[in-house]
Amino acid sequence: MSQAARRSIQDMGFEDKASIKEAARPVQQSATRARIEIQGVHKRYVSRKSTFEALRDINLSLGSNEFLTILGPSGCGKSTLLRMVAGLDEPTEGQLLIDGEEIHGPGADRGMVFQGYTLFPWLTVRENIEYGPKLQGMPTLERRSLSNHWLSVIRLEQFAQAYPKQLSGGMKQRVAIARALANRPKVLLMDEPFGALDAQTKQEMQEMLLEVWEREKTTVLFITHDIDEAIFLSQRIVVMGTGPGHLAAEYEVKLPEGRTADVREHPDFLALKRELSHLLKH
Amino acid sequence: MEPGVKKRAPQRLQIYKAIHPQAFLLTAISSFVLLIGVWLLLSTSGVVNPIFLPPPQAVLTELFVQLGSSEYWGHIGISVFRVFSGFALACAIGIPLGILAGTFKYSEAFIEPLMEFIRYMPAVAFIPLIMVWAGIGESSKILLIFIGCFFQLVLMVADLTRRVPHDLLHASFTLGASRWQAIDSVLIKAIRPQLMHTLRLILGWAWTYLVVAELVAVNSGLGYTIMKAQRFLNTEQIFVGLIVIGLLGLITDRIMAYLNKRMFPWA
Ligand SMILES: Nc1ncnc2c1ncn2[C@@H]1O[C@H](COP(=O)(O)OP(=O)(O)O)[C@@H](O)[C@H]1O
Ligand SMILES: [Mg+2]
Repeated sequence: MSQAARRSIQDMGFEDKASIKEAARPVQQSATRARIEIQGVHKRYVSRKSTFEALRDINLSLGSNEFLTILGPSGCGKSTLLRMVAGLDEPTEGQLLIDGEEIHGPGADRGMVFQGYTLFPWLTVRENIEYGPKLQGMPTLERRSLSNHWLSVIRLEQFAQAYPKQLSGGMKQRVAIARALANRPKVLLMDEPFGALDAQTKQEMQEMLLEVWEREKTTVLFITHDIDEAIFLSQRIVVMGTGPGHLAAEYEVKLPEGRTADVREHPDFLALKRELSHLLKH
Repeated sequence: MEPGVKKRAPQRLQIYKAIHPQAFLLTAISSFVLLIGVWLLLSTSGVVNPIFLPPPQAVLTELFVQLGSSEYWGHIGISVFRVFSGFALACAIGIPLGILAGTFKYSEAFIEPLMEFIRYMPAVAFIPLIMVWAGIGESSKILLIFIGCFFQLVLMVADLTRRVPHDLLHASFTLGASRWQAIDSVLIKAIRPQLMHTLRLILGWAWTYLVVAELVAVNSGLGYTIMKAQRFLNTEQIFVGLIVIGLLGLITDRIMAYLNKRMFPWA
């Protein structure tokens, strides 16, 4: 994390908190191993009448195979930031890099799962999963076995021929995750993908996502305003504040791998949850 | 159920609530029956002169007489040919143009204001010009139907294209689609069911413009049979013409609705 971000942590009076890391690991990695680097990014929305500052001086890097969550209240600019990483939006100032190369526009190396349902309604579940590889020109048989693999990972084998409108919200998001990952992106970007699901389904989806992440060793940049979700999933949490959107604090989540629902009772989990709740209240 | 608790009957007329297909069909038939009943009453009671309103049975007899003549089928054939030629031409040019206008802002700016402008000129007002340009042959009829459908079609297709959820497009980009792949594999795919709907609507207008085209300076087609019948005060035949046009429209509309269901089960 950069000077500016650290400064803002101190501004908020958190510098004495033991759990706040100096983010040593990402800084060391940035020269060689960082997948995504966000450097001095500002975003302003300019209209004829006014200018709205959405993001101020964002500095962040994401290492290979890391699961990083950006946690912040609604409207703080999380989606804006993620869309810039995806290449769907441009920063007003600063730059974003993937494997050391500047991001220009969207590409298959950055898969994305959206909050709303974005499966292609005219394609079956299987065809949705095969969409990316098919564009890439993967032969039919290979595509078949790839979609079979993902159908079994998300446990929807029986729904291979179903259309999205026949699926529940949770199933749709499972397919959306499979569709993104079947395309083998370098980074998986997730914008509150479980935000519209009921609590029970949400937890199942989180467990499934962790399982997939541990198995596939994907790099994930996840966005949420749900503290529980952030702690349960992530290795690292970056907290965003509003007015304008900025990085406020950073936490390493030192919970064991292979997390199950029980981890929510872990004292470290509860301690971190308390701290984050406190932080987000301000 | 608890004793004493009365089960309340569900309301019959619930907003948007689906009804049994048979109930739907019966209700639909009843409105036709009602119309024919009123017609029968007016024409047989002597309230209206049968020259103005012939009784339904006379029209029915005339209908079978006409459908038994090969000459009438010739009129039907030429009318169907004109409608579908004008309609197909409007689709062949209008659909791609509409998709283009709905996709890029530059093409929207180039195409739409112009179309909006021409759209406000009534197609019927083009008739004198069309006759100067194309004479009174087949091409003038087709041209009028084309003019009546084309401009509106372009605008409606552009609108459909713009209303495709942007996140679908963004999803395809993050899956590696290029701009052209996104247009081909998302925009065009996404608008199909709605497009079919639009085409049904436009085809209805094509029939309207057909009759307009056939009311002037022709000697064939259903519009012509109506005009001719009017000259001889043969109201039965006017009614037959109207009914045949209505039936043709209804049949094509039903076929398109059926195709829509069969081709796009996902919608
Ligand atoms: N295209 C835009 N034009 C103007 N303001 C925008 C635009 N997109 C987002 N914003 C504003 O930027 C802020 C951050 O939005 P967003 O990134 O969606 O927040 P979050 O995802 O954290 O809820 C909001 O106040 C929003 O109103
Ligand atoms: Mg958002």
